[in-house]
Amino acid sequence: MAGMSAQAVPATRASVTRRVSTWMHAHPRFRLGLLLALPLLWLVVVYLGSLGVLFLNAFWSRDPFTSLVVREFTLDNFVTLLTTEVYRTVTIRTVTMALLVTLTCIVLAYPIAYYMARVASPRVRGIMVVAVVMPLWASYLIKAYSWRLILADQGVIDWLLKPLGLSTPGYGDLAVWIVFVYLWLPYMILPIFAGLERIPNSLLEASADLGGKGWMTFRRVIFPLTVPAIAAGSIFTFSLTLGDYIVPGLVSTTQFIGNVIFVNVAQNLPLAAAYSLVPLAIMLIYLFIVRRFGAFDAL
Amino acid sequence: MNSGRAARIGLRLATAFVLAFVYLPLTIVVLYAFNESGTNAWPPSGFTLQWFGEALDNTGLQQAFLTSVLCAIGATIIALVLGCLISLAVSRYQWFGRDSISFVILLPIALPGIVTGMALSTTFSSLSVPLGILTVIVGHATFCIVLVYNNAIARLRRTSRSYEEASADLGAHVFQTFRYVTFPSLRSALLAGALLAFALSFDEVIVTIFTAGGVKTLPIWIFQSFRLANQVPLVNVAGLVAILLSVIPVYIATRVSSEAVSGRT
Amino acid sequence: MLSRRILALAGTAALAFAACSSGGTATTAPSAAAPSAGGSSPSASVAASASAGPSLPTAADLGSTQGQSINVLAWPGYVENGSTDKTVDWVTDFQNTSGCKVNPQIFGTSDEAYTLFSTNPEQFDVISASGDASLRLVRGGFVQPVNVDLFKSYPDIFDAIKDQPYNTVDGVHYGVPHGRGSNLLMWRTDQVKPAPTTWAQMFDPASGYKVSIYDAPIYIADAAVVLMTTKPDLKITNPYALDDTQFQAAVDLLKQQKPAVSQRWTDYLKQMDDFRSGTSNVGTTWQIITNLLQGEKPPVAVDVIKPPEGATGWSDTWMINSKTKNLACAYAYIDYLTSPETNAKIAEWFGEAPGNSKSCALTADKNHCTIFHADDDAFWKDVWNWQTPTEDCVDGRTDVKCKGFDAWIAAWTEIKG
Repeated sequence: MAGMSAQAVPATRASVTRRVSTWMHAHPRFRLGLLLALPLLWLVVVYLGSLGVLFLNAFWSRDPFTSLVVREFTLDNFVTLLTTEVYRTVTIRTVTMALLVTLTCIVLAYPIAYYMARVASPRVRGIMVVAVVMPLWASYLIKAYSWRLILADQGVIDWLLKPLGLSTPGYGDLAVWIVFVYLWLPYMILPIFAGLERIPNSLLEASADLGGKGWMTFRRVIFPLTVPAIAAGSIFTFSLTLGDYIVPGLVSTTQFIGNVIFVNVAQNLPLAAAYSLVPLAIMLIYLFIVRRFGAFDAL
Repeated sequence: MNSGRAARIGLRLATAFVLAFVYLPLTIVVLYAFNESGTNAWPPSGFTLQWFGEALDNTGLQQAFLTSVLCAIGATIIALVLGCLISLAVSRYQWFGRDSISFVILLPIALPGIVTGMALSTTFSSLSVPLGILTVIVGHATFCIVLVYNNAIARLRRTSRSYEEASADLGAHVFQTFRYVTFPSLRSALLAGALLAFALSFDEVIVTIFTAGGVKTLPIWIFQSFRLANQVPLVNVAGLVAILLSVIPVYIATRVSSEAVSGRT
Repeated sequence: MLSRRILALAGTAALAFAACSSGGTATTAPSAAAPSAGGSSPSASVAASASAGPSLPTAADLGSTQGQSINVLAWPGYVENGSTDKTVDWVTDFQNTSGCKVNPQIFGTSDEAYTLFSTNPEQFDVISASGDASLRLVRGGFVQPVNVDLFKSYPDIFDAIKDQPYNTVDGVHYGVPHGRGSNLLMWRTDQVKPAPTTWAQMFDPASGYKVSIYDAPIYIADAAVVLMTTKPDLKITNPYALDDTQFQAAVDLLKQQKPAVSQRWTDYLKQMDDFRSGTSNVGTTWQIITNLLQGEKPPVAVDVIKPPEGATGWSDTWMINSKTKNLACAYAYIDYLTSPETNAKIAEWFGEAPGNSKSCALTADKNHCTIFHADDDAFWKDVWNWQTPTEDCVDGRTDVKCKGFDAWIAAWTEIKG
């Protein structure tokens, strides 16, 4: 400090910043406020605020003649959602599909992540990480659309299966399942890979020392340590499946939550808003559950 | 670690199967980019480079590409700033609501895109904000924050506070400490986050559909091209180019994040 | 001296605030537009503003088209600029002579058009609205009344499509009629033998067809058209005027059809994909789809008929956005599209009856107007043009309440399941 004050700089220039800094150092709350102001403004005011506006719309209704929103409080939308069977059916169908896709992704992702993290040599590992991440950069729409071509009658799968006497499953729920698994697989592989990589070798040596054979070590040591990573990956696979309407529209005629909401967005915005509270609520519950599994630390 | 031979062979097979599964559709996209007939019939009828020529001439495609790049850059910058700020706040201070903030940051990306999209577009229209590039950037930045935040907070948690304290002891003021001590260690994590944010924003379609108004980002252009007979082959060309171009940032990202991944022991 | 970091923060804050704050440019209406009919007492206010006489633009108000640019929201095939087929282009010439740029965007259903238009009220200057979208746009205040005297082509438009309930409200014209056509039954001639002859066969899973139907609530009217023949005791006189019993019967018929449905289409390319690959072999279609399939190399073996039960159809109107800033170009382009030469080209390309009576002499196929019954009023007696169903029955019945479009939308979601 003594050395600084002996410098031949104009005293006023350095001291403004320094005075501000010293003041800030003594007032950590102000520093915190400065850091938080912008992000909180964005997240709370802009994002949560717009969710709030959507929430409000769920309690309004629509004039059937002009199709414009009438801002009077009503619970009609929720009554419709609860009493009409189709909304229940679509919700259950979508949640089931989301769970199925998540499970399938876990089953497919784990072996390859394990191979990458613990079996492959560092050079191969590097190549494989690139190989797994690259499809994420290919457009989601193009990938989904290419499945439409692959699954079509007389498409690629038909052509491959014809010699075996089989044919393509065509469009439908099975196709939707395949395409969702395909699209979200990298989102499951990467967290599991990161989670497996984080396990120190010393733990595994200790397990071996204590008499654990390969499978035992996996079951008792490795797998439990990767549960947070699996939970983290499942956030994406579940949430992305829950709200998607483009894929079901491309490879099936089935309605999912996203399709029903999308169809109603302009025709009946309050109903669409009310129905969108359903995946929102489901997702909040899901997030609370996976948080307990430590998912937020493994993202 | 000893996995046993059977297990290793099983793992290799599973890995090969998954990789084949992952790359099959991409191969199809590449094949169709060279397909002579403009329709979607299988198998491809012949080889041609004409679609590449048409893609170069197509101003709509180029415009959409540039728009996407612009929106992605804007969203990434905002996400970087906000993600950096909030990760500093969370890792270096204690405050009321600190634990729930990570929840709120995650929400935009965890909630289905259609919900976020509807919420934003309804809000914009009730405030009479015209939809356009700015609204697209706002939408994208909102769910890109978490990508920067996660990388930054992981890094900040690992770097010791003692460096910053030492810097202050040595006479650096707050901004100097940030610039010379905190930021350099944070840089590669921010870069990784920025790359992820850019990729996500570039490819996002659902929220964009709700917030774009008339603006055509590349995904929106692709989506509309599916209904225009002679533009479908151009879509395959765009896909092929995206795959090829992606090698560069992916390589950078993996190099950068491999510095960030901790060692095994 | 402030550190660069604070400057950067301040700059970001400014950007963020700019992005978040409300833009102020949204609500400038063009000087000539009439008051819109939006709000919660719609029919009263439309009547009030109509009887007061909306101020229509005059030729002087329009100004020059040079340097203007319009976004046109149109049915596929209506605004071709060479991108589908290099020889099919009625945009470039107009752009060259008028100096106004035309940007087409297509949609698949009237509901999609309404969604696009209403959620982006300033985005599109011109729209080709079918009868099931036009009135919703009018009532929502999204489109403006037009001065038909400013269109050179207007006097030549067939009388049968002028002054219709879906383009004229209380004597006020809201657009220029474009043309009309009927939905048709298409089938793969090489896969479906014997050829289907009625819509009823398409609604019966026992026929063994793989059916492709239009994915919009308005399709319920197609079921009602079938019921007009198969269940005459329901006494349906207009498929858009369905009371509770009639509506339920139509819904039941569609639910009965469901196992046979292999595709519901909104993008015409998707229907083409499915017919080409054989995923669907019978379906509801537009003539342009058939023409394109037959024109492929190799051609897809399809044929179309209008079955004896009649059909649903459409009669489209070119409408202008109430908030457009490019009024001159909007008027000019609509006039261009409805002029005899261009209208003939569009009618032939899309496969519909032209709106301009002089187009019949200009079509490449001299029989075009005969084939499409452009002047044959008897033909259109059993073609039910799309219109928005309302609770006040559109067939004039006052003793019962009919199902409004709300109920149609809700029912369509239920039918799809």
